[in-house]
Amino acid sequence: MKLSRREMLAIGASAIAVAGGASAFAATDAIMGFTGGVEVSEGGITITAPEIAENGNTVPIGIEAPGAEAVAVYADGNPVPNVAVFTFGELSPSKSASTRVRLAKTQNVVAVAKMADGTYTMSQAAVKVTIGGCGG
Amino acid sequence: MISRRDFLQVGMAAAAAYGGSGFGNWARLAAQQKLTQDELLQFDTFGNVSLIHVTDIHAQMKPIYFREPSVNLGVGGNKGAVPHLTGADFRRFYGINDGSPSHYALSSGDFAALAQGYGRVGGLDRVATVINAIRADRPDAILLDGGDTWHGSYTCYHSQGQDMVNVMNALKPDAMTLHWEFTLGSDRVHEIVESLGFPVLGQNIFDKEWDEQAAEMFPPYTFFERGGAKIAVIGQAFPYMPIANPRWMFPEYSFGLRQDHLAQMVEELRDAGADCVVLLSHNGFDVDKKMAAVVPGIDVILSGHTHDALPEPVLVAGTVILPSGSNGKFVTRCDLDIRDGGMMGYRTKLIPVFSDVIAPDAEVAALIADERDPHEAALREVIGRTDATLYRRGNFNGTWDDLICDALLSERDAEIALSPGVRWGPSMLPGQEITREDIWNVTSMTYPAAYRTEFTGAFLHLVLEDVADNIFNPDPFFQQGGDMVRTGGLGYAIDVTKPQGARISDMTLLGTGERIDPAKSYVVAGWASVNEGTKGPPIWDVVESHIKKQGTITAAPNNSVKVIT
Repeated sequence: MKLSRREMLAIGASAIAVAGGASAFAATDAIMGFTGGVEVSEGGITITAPEIAENGNTVPIGIEAPGAEAVAVYADGNPVPNVAVFTFGELSPSKSASTRVRLAKTQNVVAVAKMADGTYTMSQAAVKVTIGGCGG
Repeated sequence: MISRRDFLQVGMAAAAAYGGSGFGNWARLAAQQKLTQDELLQFDTFGNVSLIHVTDIHAQMKPIYFREPSVNLGVGGNKGAVPHLTGADFRRFYGINDGSPSHYALSSGDFAALAQGYGRVGGLDRVATVINAIRADRPDAILLDGGDTWHGSYTCYHSQGQDMVNVMNALKPDAMTLHWEFTLGSDRVHEIVESLGFPVLGQNIFDKEWDEQAAEMFPPYTFFERGGAKIAVIGQAFPYMPIANPRWMFPEYSFGLRQDHLAQMVEELRDAGADCVVLLSHNGFDVDKKMAAVVPGIDVILSGHTHDALPEPVLVAGTVILPSGSNGKFVTRCDLDIRDGGMMGYRTKLIPVFSDVIAPDAEVAALIADERDPHEAALREVIGRTDATLYRRGNFNGTWDDLICDALLSERDAEIALSPGVRWGPSMLPGQEITREDIWNVTSMTYPAAYRTEFTGAFLHLVLEDVADNIFNPDPFFQQGGDMVRTGGLGYAIDVTKPQGARISDMTLLGTGERIDPAKSYVVAGWASVNEGTKGPPIWDVVESHIKKQGTITAAPNNSVKVIT
């Protein structure tokens, strides 16, 4: 089954609605590009990210997707949502990677994994970006 | 429910219970009650291990007054749950009589009148007496300091925390965790930590560059062998350090909740033979409740940061959570029965430190005097006088912050003032002289510049929404502690039940009564900016100059924030 962009957005709506708008569409388009429109199931990827970014300009994130051939990472509230595509060879001992990403505002970090059998799965984590400054 | 005997014997007439305000009647009634040190310290020693918890002392070495909040809203699942009950609702919930010592110690209402009768609270020489009494019962009791210790006074600022380090060392803590301490700068923190005879713990203190535990300086946990049992104490530093405080002051470190790391650590410690796992936490109370729910295997959380004081523990998923107040006002004793690899029972008491009832420990009193001696003249200088109760705690405003905002508006010639929603700082009673020490007690910090700048109406709205979400996000893991930023010259309405971006409305420039225009710029003065290089005179000078000009401080009712719950 092929998914429309609207259906893809509905899947993504479960985390936070803050991002919204044009950039969320951009993320959806980017994901459709990665999957070729194939149906995407949910879960199966562990995303490590802070609840609140200590510095939105450099947010450490990690992904782990057992059985994945490739994992694409998106920041759905950034002007350009594409973060990275990690590809794993058969001999990779663990299908995991970490990097740092700039987040323009509160949004979801979305990871889409292409599994060895050609299916796709997706997970996401909300990261809050705040002005900060008033801790008691 | 709290057993009267476990806390305080109170003997108010039944007719006095849950009435309207006493308007001063309580003072006379209070004086008639003879509190004794023995009563305050009374505790039937239990089990085989004793923990002693102090937290959020904020460098208050001397007895002070401290008014608990009358507005402390809970959101989401914590709406209406303790500690989000205040005043008479709090007393009713715990069965505390109006006018009783517990009323004065734990809740708001008739504060100034009760303070006349019951006197000051805290003082580290009194805290020492309490700790010594517990150690007389249980010589190997474990003393744990929840942090926010080396911050918050004139002498602490001028000694870069050394006064507090010296006095606390005399109390012989066994471990500690941190928050405001990091605003001394990481070099100074390293210097102090290396000088201590006990570990400073933090499972969530990480090296930022390598994203690995900074365990050499800050071990995640430590083991104690007591009463034939192995007790693991894990530290949890304030999780939102680089967000709520200036991250450029401790650039090497990353924090965060790191609940998965904690869960893994609890498991490892159990495997390593821990019979009991204690979390010494600076998370804040609602965060600790959620932590207890998502991390299995923690027996006791000694909870700090949000300055809550509850007369009995809150239990979440088998974890005993004990919040021990602030400013030296309380000491928690927690006796545990640990046998056969597990915690079989507990008995706890939140001991209120009534300064006129608990005798000061002579040795610690002398140490405190030594630390203060070089500064006495500066500390005691009278700047003005107050006819109002000056206090800070409350979600939206307090009279101390109203005064600070007034000072910013007039001394910095601004239309709008912003003052951070911190929860530290003692209270003052009507009729008291305001000394320089009193002003520093509510302003002392290492980034005190009182800036003057221009913000657009749209940016002001963004700031209020951002801070509001740090307090009223229904998920406790997104709550940083603290209260709403205080505003001077600016009124607004807030619906705490709405999501971020939709809580704040009706922003009004109080000077003219006109609506705030998103596109227009306003002159704003504030302090405690987390941005490096902020310019301006230190806030204590601004406040001192204002009070000097005013002479006597009065407090008009503050109705500038309309709250929808």
